Amino acid sequence: MLQINCPYCGCRDEIEFRCGGESHIKRPSPEVTDVVWGDYLFNRDNPVGIHLERWLHTYGCGLWFNVARHTVTHEILAVYEMGGRRPDVPDSTERVTDR
Amino acid sequence: MSSRRHRRLSSGGNIDQSKSITFGFNGKSLIGYEGDTIASALLANGVKTVTRSFKFHRPRGVVTAGCEEPNALLNVDFGAGSIPLVRTTTTPLKKGMKVESLCGYPSVRFDVARVLDYTRVLWPAGFYNKIFKWPNWHVFEWAIRRMAGVGRLPRGEDPTRYAHINGHCGLLVVGGGPEGLRAALDAARSGIDVIIAEQDSVLGGSLHIDPEPIDGTSPKKWLEGVADQLASYTNVRIMTSATVVGYYDHNVLTIHDRSAATSQRNALEVYWKVRAARVVLATGATEQPMLFGNNDLPGVMLSRAVLTYAKRYGVNCGDRIVAVVNNDLAWRDLLAAADAGASVRAVVDVRETPSPELCRLARERGIEIHLGATPLRAVGHSAVKAFEFLMGSAQSRIQCDVLAMSGGMNPTSDLYSQAGGKLRYDESLACFVPDHCEQRVKTVGAASGIFSQSSEYDIAPRTYAPVSTRSQWVDFRHDVTISDLELAVRENYVSVEHMKRYTTTGMSVDQGKTSNLNALIVLGSLTERKPGEVGTTTYRPQFMPVTMGAIAGNRRGDFYAPPRLLAAHEWHVQHGAEFDDYGGWKRPAFYGRDREQSIEREVQLVRNGVGIFDGSPLGKIEVKGPDAAEFLNRIYVNTVPTLKAGKVRYGLMLNENGVVIDDGVFVRLADDHFLINTTSGSADRIADWLEEWRQCEWPNLDVVTLPVTSQWAVATLAGPASRDVLARMPGMIDLSTESFPHMSFSERRFDDGFPFRIQRVSYSGEMSFELSVPAGRAVQLFETLADLGREAGLAPFGIEALMVLRTEKGFLHVGVDTDGTTNPLDVGFGGIVANKKGDFIGARSLRRPADQGHGRRQLTGFIVSGDHQVHAGAHFVAAGTGDPTSQGFVTSAFRSPTLGRTIGLGLLERGSEREGEKIEIFDNGQRIQGEVTSPCFYDPDGSRMRA
Repeated sequence: MLQINCPYCGCRDEIEFRCGGESHIKRPSPEVTDVVWGDYLFNRDNPVGIHLERWLHTYGCGLWFNVARHTVTHEILAVYEMGGRRPDVPDSTERVTDR
Repeated sequence: MSSRRHRRLSSGGNIDQSKSITFGFNGKSLIGYEGDTIASALLANGVKTVTRSFKFHRPRGVVTAGCEEPNALLNVDFGAGSIPLVRTTTTPLKKGMKVESLCGYPSVRFDVARVLDYTRVLWPAGFYNKIFKWPNWHVFEWAIRRMAGVGRLPRGEDPTRYAHINGHCGLLVVGGGPEGLRAALDAARSGIDVIIAEQDSVLGGSLHIDPEPIDGTSPKKWLEGVADQLASYTNVRIMTSATVVGYYDHNVLTIHDRSAATSQRNALEVYWKVRAARVVLATGATEQPMLFGNNDLPGVMLSRAVLTYAKRYGVNCGDRIVAVVNNDLAWRDLLAAADAGASVRAVVDVRETPSPELCRLARERGIEIHLGATPLRAVGHSAVKAFEFLMGSAQSRIQCDVLAMSGGMNPTSDLYSQAGGKLRYDESLACFVPDHCEQRVKTVGAASGIFSQSSEYDIAPRTYAPVSTRSQWVDFRHDVTISDLELAVRENYVSVEHMKRYTTTGMSVDQGKTSNLNALIVLGSLTERKPGEVGTTTYRPQFMPVTMGAIAGNRRGDFYAPPRLLAAHEWHVQHGAEFDDYGGWKRPAFYGRDREQSIEREVQLVRNGVGIFDGSPLGKIEVKGPDAAEFLNRIYVNTVPTLKAGKVRYGLMLNENGVVIDDGVFVRLADDHFLINTTSGSADRIADWLEEWRQCEWPNLDVVTLPVTSQWAVATLAGPASRDVLARMPGMIDLSTESFPHMSFSERRFDDGFPFRIQRVSYSGEMSFELSVPAGRAVQLFETLADLGREAGLAPFGIEALMVLRTEKGFLHVGVDTDGTTNPLDVGFGGIVANKKGDFIGARSLRRPADQGHGRRQLTGFIVSGDHQVHAGAHFVAAGTGDPTSQGFVTSAFRSPTLGRTIGLGLLERGSEREGEKIEIFDNGQRIQGEVTSPCFYDPDGSRMRA
């Protein structure tokens, strides 16, 4: 069970949270092609390494925030607010070969 | 019976021979002592065969003295029903226990089903997939399951209580042997919070059997000293009879704690979830069996077990104990066993040159030595009588009644592997050792591959015997032989994970603690790979079986999924409601005894008079802020900003894929303030949905949301007489159609100051008012309305009647009449979508060709000819052709009391174009004639609900 440092409440167990999947996905304008729209709807990164994802503190403050999590080690490298800039974490592939 | 003679040594061991314990084994009364395990007491009573094997019904005896035991997993009645698969090698003996073998007919000593053993060439791995194919497996399954030794479950209420505790600590030490105790003591001294968890009922681990001095003192003294010191620290929690069974992400470990099982009748088990800053795994190592012919005969045991029974339990397992070994550690164990009183007569070593010092010590004790031997087979029918091996090319035979074997140690790495740790095959140790792990965990002692404190560990490479592979058991528990592995390889199951599943090696309740290593060594040898290249299978929780009740904790009965009760629950009970579960709520399904009659009566009541319905679970979310209208305009398919204050509008919500996810009305309370209704089952989900979009996608909109579902109790009055009844309520607003038409809303206060909300909306098709009051006033509201409506014949109606009413009217029930593919165009909202200005969730998806495409399943009504009933889920098929191709399915179908015939709604291909067309409905094997209609069967122009 992950321990997640909610930026508003502090460290809590994973069971208080819900993961909302990949973050930093830009919603396209309705004018885009079906292909671009389909990519937005269905295609997600599945890296072996750092994944930027959004979490909701369901049984806490009820706020969404972003988490940078390593998908292999589950290490959480950064926690930051919705709309925040991508954190300065090492590139996924670089970290994987480091290990 | 000579084999049943008493095998207890006159002294020694950690047992108290002054305190005898009577217990039963397969109907016979036996005696053990305080300090015994069930297995040690059975061995002391000379019991050789404890059970029959899973598949071939071969006789099996105790093999180990620990949790890795594959055979001696028996039915034990602790006083409250028989528990199957109890590890008798670790379970302390208690007075009055009834122990039974899992299978064996007529008895465990003579089992007729052993005919399977004599014909076992017919039953290779996966035999049931190949043989029992005709007519199908289920014909044979019953008999095969009965034959297999899997035990029986206890019946009746479980008297054990279960609890969950969450804990945390600076250091969790797993294992209370010497290395674990050392680590705990070091941490305790530096002030760290320590938990030390030991699965045994006492601390000590190998100290109970290892005679070697530790820190210059005897193991017993050392243990007492360290245990006393640890007990003096307030920052140390010592847990015994507590097995760490799972290792999860971010250093969370689960502990199955049986220490509070104080009495047999009122036991308590605790399931701990502990988050540890650091973990030390001092889990020790497991001795592995050797592979030779008939290595599963009763009397063949691990050499460390022979030592443990002699030294810890004062049991000499045999009169002529012969050992077959491949490593130095086994020699030390056997010498210690001999010193403790075990009758060790000979050691057969596969190596040419074990340590000369060990040979000297063995000779001093009169133990025969055979070096450089090639093991062949154990000899015997129901128990081992002799051992045969090759010396060069000459075959030797040596008599024995116990054959102690040691194939060397393997670190107990289950938890390390669960933690994500990687293992590495160490050629010199001939086993897998922990390599690296991303979690904050360290292994110490035997768990890290250090098997001896004071000396080198020498072991011969692992191999198997040059005799029939069909007689060499790899997995005792699941009856898997080397020949099964050969078959797997012949059929190309060469990945270790495939081999495991095909042969079921290591997949039984012992999780292959004594079989996995040998299996992958053999697999490697059959496929010319090194063990490190074969790799291990994945270790998963639980390390040891955990009682289901312990995992459930107190989430049993009503605590499993506590129902949500309506604020006016008692009122409904008094009025004869039959309750059912609807989206987590217990709600009145109907009122009265007979379901069909009650529903029909309630439908007639609403159509002709007035009924009262508890609509409290209806989802209610307030949305407020300068951008509230803009926000909701992006949420709903329908246009929001044009709605005037005090007015109500119906809306559909889609997900981004254009699929309908919810519907309901929304009210404009003020320019910047809305109240939206969701379906009852989706209230929480839609509240989350709004917040996700508000926070993540449109943070610039100035708006807040607040779920208020359970703050308000809602009474719905429906029927032509509803207005007359409600108008009599003191403090009520003017309800005339002129001042309060259909789709209006008003919020006022009663004379006593309490607020109420009223909206005129209808889901039944009749004139209908929803009156909301603070939830605490629910019962009062229902009582008042019932009084006011007495003359008009007002009575309550339940959900089932409402479902009939709304189906007659053709009103959609999202999630029933729609599925995960239904878009608004399919349910008749094409015009509204076309007129909508601005983007909304799912809008873009509706423009994809597939969403616009013809042949989509669309909401439609249908009627059935004659008196037939149809059911939701029945399929539409072409009429008159016999073509079985499904054209869609029935979503709602009822016998309509209003129309006097069976009507329904469904999703039918091109349904909106097919009104009047004949159709057949394929329902439970019958083809029923029907006709496609408009979805609305009742009052199509809506004059009744607008009246």
